[in-house]
Amino acid sequence: MPMITYREALHQALREEMSRDERVVVFGEDVVAYGGAYGVTSGLAKDFGDHRIMDTPIAEGVIGGAAVGAAMGGLRPVAELMTINFALLASDALINHAAKVLHMFGGQMSVPLVVRMVGGGGAQLASTHSQSFEVMFAHVPGLKVVTPATPADAKGLLKSAIRDDDPVLCIEHALLYRVRGEVPEGEFLVSLGKAEVKREGKDITLVAYSRMTLVALEAADRLREEGIEAEVVDLRSLRPLDMETVLASVRKTNRAVTIEETWRTYGIGAEVASRIQEEAFDYLDAPIQRVAGVEVPIPYAKHLEQAAIPDAKRVVEAVKQLLVRTGG
Amino acid sequence: MEGKTVTKVAQSGLDKKTLLKFLHEMLLIRKFEDKAGELYARGKIAGFLHLYNGEEAVAVGAVSALQKHDLLITHYRDHGHGIAKGIDVNRCMAELLGKATGCAKGRGGSMHFFDASLGFYGGWAIVAGHLPLAVGLGLASNILGKNQVTLCVFGDGATNNGYFHEALNLAKLWTVPVVFLCENNLYGMGTAVHRASAVTEMYKKAAAYNIPAEQVDGMDVLAVREATDKAVDHVRKGNGPYFLEVITYRFRGHSMADPILYRDKGEVDEWKQRDPIVTFRQKLETEGLLSAQEVEQIERETDEMIAEAVRFAEASPDPPLSDLYEDIYANP
Repeated sequence: MPMITYREALHQALREEMSRDERVVVFGEDVVAYGGAYGVTSGLAKDFGDHRIMDTPIAEGVIGGAAVGAAMGGLRPVAELMTINFALLASDALINHAAKVLHMFGGQMSVPLVVRMVGGGGAQLASTHSQSFEVMFAHVPGLKVVTPATPADAKGLLKSAIRDDDPVLCIEHALLYRVRGEVPEGEFLVSLGKAEVKREGKDITLVAYSRMTLVALEAADRLREEGIEAEVVDLRSLRPLDMETVLASVRKTNRAVTIEETWRTYGIGAEVASRIQEEAFDYLDAPIQRVAGVEVPIPYAKHLEQAAIPDAKRVVEAVKQLLVRTGG
Repeated sequence: MEGKTVTKVAQSGLDKKTLLKFLHEMLLIRKFEDKAGELYARGKIAGFLHLYNGEEAVAVGAVSALQKHDLLITHYRDHGHGIAKGIDVNRCMAELLGKATGCAKGRGGSMHFFDASLGFYGGWAIVAGHLPLAVGLGLASNILGKNQVTLCVFGDGATNNGYFHEALNLAKLWTVPVVFLCENNLYGMGTAVHRASAVTEMYKKAAAYNIPAEQVDGMDVLAVREATDKAVDHVRKGNGPYFLEVITYRFRGHSMADPILYRDKGEVDEWKQRDPIVTFRQKLETEGLLSAQEVEQIERETDEMIAEAVRFAEASPDPPLSDLYEDIYANP
């Protein structure tokens, strides 16, 4: 199986879906001449022409709204926003409009659109360019949110998102574009709303998504050196949320730590932990621990930024604390 | 006021059937709104209710310039536009009563009428939020070769919002077939235009995006029709967007909750002298195009349609509780 980067995998997904379905169009910030802020759309304009891929002004409100309108008009638009931080300006179109059309108008019309954006920190871009707002979008019924961690999932999830009849936000991670991994060629789909066990283990479940999945895997490596077998569940989709896979793992390991880059309060970990105790309380040997971003605006200086974002060391510490408490 | 006013009906070039249809539709909308206001006062309709009284010539004149497959997308004061685009008043009234037979199955209410089959793509209630959607609809028409014009209606208040400027800019860049129609009724809710907009003539704002624009007398259904004809023709030929500012006036409050403290009664009475229905009827009568018998017939027909709409809506079932969970996702 070919080893390609996360960026190449996303590009492949776009290229394949644009070839497969003429209704798939791409528009967004710097997607044509520049090739996308992170290079994902590079070369598409040359091969598909300016009626299939279009630059927009840096005006997220109209990008989001035009995606909703284009979908209502019969296209399957894939809009690209430079970053999730800019997506706040598109959030009205996504939350007040995209998420409402099907239900509010009596089921007459769905909006098959995808909005791609990059989230997360770690690149020393300071407070306004390092945030993780996936929680805000995943909170909203009517939206779907996917957060691929690997090149294969990036391709499979984006292709599924484009074929899906609902509005899907594909939230990529700034530090993953150069990460390489095995990606099947051609037709390869990953179902929306399906988590995946990325590594099996019997002692504890680590629940993560996006780049934190790689952090969890690194932590699992370190824990193995100390004789602790951690199972890593990658949520992949935040909405729909696949609790079955999480619960199956927790029923086996009886312990869980959630890991997210975003702020702890009202976060993904809070939701997952709550669902675990609602649905598998009797299987738990210890309270669920949350590893999350520190509740501060993310600063520029490297050592301060790194202190604000979870890493494998913090995950290992959380796991050990939890195991000490249960004598595991 | 700039912009032309068609003084004589005979000069409009429209046949008598069309002219009588205008009168019929404007009256139907007026009576629908009056009945809705009455039902609101009686507690049969809840939520916000924004009535269109006084502005009927805009919806009727503008929509009549569209072809059947053209699209209409509008703001939350949407009953008049919905009726003009052809939504059955029964289904409109049922929507206001929150019934399963409503044009949005009772989920949208007054501000969110919708009928995809008629190209009525919604009442939208986030001010200016639907202007970008019109750009997307226009893009789809261009890419899919549908030759479909989108008429996008919004109020004067929307022109001060960022969405307005983003949408006009991109509409021009992408050369989309969209007619932007600003209903300037002189107040954004209770704030007079001059208190909210540095430029009080809305059509001038289109110049910033190199979009041709004109101002129209919105109390004259024929003037609205003529201007929209021209705008639609421009747009359909692939020349990109067109902008119409239609000067109109709402006779009732912003919503039923509005005590109308921001304008005096004298001003309202003055505008009522220009009632688009009364003046149009008088013109038709003066020019011998409308008999007393025809007036009576139109009055009777519209009365009956409204009475039937109320009967239909009241007799319709509530949406089943299971409906709460339907249509959240197309692919659950």
